[in-house]
Amino acid sequence: MDRAFARLLPARAANFGAGATRADRNAVTGIRGKGTIVATTGTAETTRRDFLYIATGAMGAVGAAALVWPFVSQLQPDASVLALSSTEVDLSQIQEGQIVTVKWRGKPVFVWNRTAKDIEEGKATQISALLDPLARNANLPADAPATDENRAAKDQEKWLVVIGICTHLGCVPIGHMGEYDGFFCPCHGSEYDSAGRVRRGPAPENLAVPPYAFVSDTKISIG
Amino acid sequence: MSGHSTFEPKNPALKWFEARLPLVGLMHSSFVAYPTPRNLNYWWTFGGILSLMLACQILSGVVLVMHYTPHVTLAFDSVEHIMRDVSYGWLLRYIHANGASMFFIAVYIHMFRGLYYGSYKAPREVLWILGCIIYLLMMATAFMGYVLPWGQMSFWGATVITNLFSAFPVVGPTIVEWLWGGFAVDNPTLNRFFSLHYLLPFMIAGVVILHVWALHVTGQNNPTGVEPQTPKDTVPFTPYATIKDGFAMVCFLIFFAWFLFYIPNYLGHADNYIPANPLVTPAHIVPEWYYLPFYAMLRAVPDKLGGVLTMFGAIAVLFFVPWLDTSKVRSGAYRPLFKQFFWIWVAVCIGLGWLGSKPAEGGYVIAGRILTIWYFAHFLIILPLLGLFEKPKAVPASITEAVLGKSRGGAPVAAGASAPQTKG
Repeated sequence: MDRAFARLLPARAANFGAGATRADRNAVTGIRGKGTIVATTGTAETTRRDFLYIATGAMGAVGAAALVWPFVSQLQPDASVLALSSTEVDLSQIQEGQIVTVKWRGKPVFVWNRTAKDIEEGKATQISALLDPLARNANLPADAPATDENRAAKDQEKWLVVIGICTHLGCVPIGHMGEYDGFFCPCHGSEYDSAGRVRRGPAPENLAVPPYAFVSDTKISIG
Repeated sequence: MSGHSTFEPKNPALKWFEARLPLVGLMHSSFVAYPTPRNLNYWWTFGGILSLMLACQILSGVVLVMHYTPHVTLAFDSVEHIMRDVSYGWLLRYIHANGASMFFIAVYIHMFRGLYYGSYKAPREVLWILGCIIYLLMMATAFMGYVLPWGQMSFWGATVITNLFSAFPVVGPTIVEWLWGGFAVDNPTLNRFFSLHYLLPFMIAGVVILHVWALHVTGQNNPTGVEPQTPKDTVPFTPYATIKDGFAMVCFLIFFAWFLFYIPNYLGHADNYIPANPLVTPAHIVPEWYYLPFYAMLRAVPDKLGGVLTMFGAIAVLFFVPWLDTSKVRSGAYRPLFKQFFWIWVAVCIGLGWLGSKPAEGGYVIAGRILTIWYFAHFLIILPLLGLFEKPKAVPASITEAVLGKSRGGAPVAAGASAPQTKG
C-alpha cells in the first residue's frame, strides 16, 4: 500500500516537500555556479530567492497602490457635482441696497447692490486699518491689496459679490448688521464692512470673492 | 487559538502591550506558528480566498453606499450615477457585482471540498454547521443586494422570493406583508433590504471568526483524512500556508479580473438595466446563477408549499450531513464508491443549475424532478447506506507516510519537516 500512497504525489513533491533544504531546491531549479548553492540558514550572500522576494514584494506594492487609487479617487467631487459648478445671476432684479443670496457649488454667495454711502465708506477705509490687507479676490492676483476697488466688481463698483461664508469656521454672516454696515457673523461675532472685509475678529480673512464675470450688462456668471 | 502562545516579543513596548492584551500573540499562534497538515492541496486555499472576497465585498460595498440612494425614485438613477459620474464608480460597482459571483464560486468549491474529504465529520461538526450558516447568510445578503439597483430583475426577483413565504399556511400572507412593509414590494421594502444588506456582511464576518476559531480548535482536515500525530505531519502556517494561500489568491484574482474587465455583465441580466416597473413582469425571469439549482427544485415540485419546502430543505439537509454520513473513513480519497457517487452528485447540482436557467416546461421539468430526487437521495439514502456497505481502501497510518511512503515515513530524511527554514 505504501507505494501506492507515494505514487499519489509527484516524485519532486515527495522529495522536495517541506523537509527539503535550499540546496535541494537549488539543485532542482538548476542554479549554476558553485558559489550560489548555500546552506539553509545564516547566509549574507544574495540568493536567487532574495531577488524573488524583492521582485514579488515590489509587484505586490504596485498592485496594492493600483487598487487603492480608485478607492481614494471616488471621494473627489463627481462629474454631476462638477457640472453644477457655475451659477448665473440676473442683476436687474436686485434693488439698490438689497443683498441677494444665491447658491454656487452648494455655498451661499452674497450679491450686494451697494448704495453710494456703502461705497463711500468702503473707499474711505485705509488698508492699514484692516485686519486682512489682501483683496482675496479670485479674479485678481493673490497679492492685490484690499481696496474697495479690488473688492467690488470690475468697472461696476456698486456690485459686491462675495462668498457668504465666514472665514472663521464657516457660518453664514447676516447682512446689514454690525458696526461696520456690512455683515455680522452670529456664531462668533466676526464683523465685516461694506466691502466684505473683516474688521473685527476672530475671522482671519476677508470674505472671499468668487471667480465671476459679466455675461451681459445685467447678468453675471459665477464660477 | 488554543494553548499557550509561543510568541515572545523582544521589543519592550510590545512586551508591555502583550502582557495586557495578547493580541499579537494570538495572531502569531493563529496565523504564523499554527501547525497545518503538510499535505494540504490547493483545494484548501479557498478558505483564505473566501476571507479575501468577504473583505473585498465589504470594502467595495461601504464605498458604493457613499454614492447610492435607497429610494424607489432615485435608486436606479443613483446606480447609473455611480456608473457614469463617480470617479471609478464603474470599477467599484463591477467589483461588487462580480465579486458576489466570485464569492459564490469560491464558497461552492470550498463546500464541495469539505464534502469530498469528509471535513464535516467528528470532531468538525460545529465547524461545518457554522459554514452552513455563513452560506445561508451569504444567500440572504446577495439576494437583498440584487434588489438595490431597482431594475426589473431586482423588483421581480424581490417579488418572487418574498412571495415564497406566502406558501406557508395561515401565517404566510402576514409574513409577506411584514417583509414588504406594505401590500407589494415598494419603498419600505427597498429601505429595509438596504439596511439588512449593510448589516448581514458584518454578521457573516462574525460567524467567520467563529468558523476560524472552531477550525483552530480541531485543526484542519487534510486530503488523507488522518489527523496529524507527530510534529512531522505538520508545517507552520507561515510561510507554508500563507505563501500557498497567497499564490492561490493571486490566481483567483486573475480569474476575477477577467470577468471584471472583459465581461462585467456576463453573469448579470440585461433586464436589470430597465428601471423597475411594478405593472409589467419581464418575459423570462431567472435568479442569479448561484441560486439556479434551488430555483430548479422549486419549480420541479408541482405544489406551492411543497416546492418551497423542497428548496429550503435542500439547504437544511446540509446541516445534517455529519450524521447522515455513517462511514468511519473520513476522506473520500479512500472510499471508492463514495467517490463515484460524489461526482454524480456534483453533476446533479450542475445539472439542476442548468435546468434552473431554462423555462419551466416539458422535459426540463421532468429532468428537474429526477435530479431533485437524486439530490435528496444522495444525502438521505446513499450517504447512510454507503457507510454500511462500502469497503474502503486502507488508510495510511500518518500524513507523513502518505506523503513520503512507508519506508521513509519515520526516517531521518524527513526530520526537517518540523523545522521550518528561518530564511529563504
